Amino acid sequence: MLQVVLGGALIGLASALLMATHGRIAGISSIVQRALFLRGEESWTVWFVLGLMLGPAAMLLSGWVTPPNIDIDWGSIIVGGLLVGMGTKIGSGCTSGHGVCGMGRFSARSVVAVVVFMSVGVMTVLLMRLGGVL
Amino acid sequence: MNGAVSLLLGGLFGIGLVLAGMTDPAYIRGFLDVSGEWRPELAFVMASALVISIVFFQLIQPKMARPLLAEGFSLPTASQVDGRLIGGAFLFGMGWAVSGYCPGPGIASLAYLEPKAFGFVGAMLVGFKLADWLAPVR
Repeated sequence: MLQVVLGGALIGLASALLMATHGRIAGISSIVQRALFLRGEESWTVWFVLGLMLGPAAMLLSGWVTPPNIDIDWGSIIVGGLLVGMGTKIGSGCTSGHGVCGMGRFSARSVVAVVVFMSVGVMTVLLMRLGGVL
Repeated sequence: MNGAVSLLLGGLFGIGLVLAGMTDPAYIRGFLDVSGEWRPELAFVMASALVISIVFFQLIQPKMARPLLAEGFSLPTASQVDGRLIGGAFLFGMGWAVSGYCPGPGIASLAYLEPKAFGFVGAMLVGFKLADWLAPVR
């Protein structure tokens, strides 16, 4: 439990520091799009995405963690990925941008987005259970 | 300087995701699975991230004249709750439950060299483009 709370705190701290230093929202869906479709002075996004991979890579190489087993089937991974990409683009954010930064700013849009994606997530797992997929 | 700081902050964010368990899709599904073996720990991840975010955005950031390494703060200006926001969050919630990944943990999991993480991120990138095509901003 302590590890989970510490993990959350690091996510919050990194988000706060990104705003304090770069003046930007730590919204991963948006940062990834900017990193890939670079425009002007957005090169910080490339560094951020690299760090996002290198941090976990360092944990792995130092033997701190082992990769989780992914039991989820390929079909779900691909369909889920398409939906996550479309949804975060259309809805302007994901768990980090709306969930951590937006809610921290008391943005009504972000609170609505979080309530919608959390409840739809719960409903989807419930339907998968009822449908015998899980 | 900006790049190095950004790299470090991305690293910190990624380490936080791993410690929080967010890079394990089974854990995400477990959190959303209230009718099965519910694993509520994810609520604590969000709670502790939020405590820091709220303190920063409500008490510290308003007192800062400008960011330490940039000209100004770039904050979202939209305030309208509209169909795009709700529809997008709806699709995202479905995708999150179906795959067990959201964008940050998907990217962070590339470090595991896990083929399914590459599959997820690839599909997500296609999804970004599909959104531009199917639901362009007018």
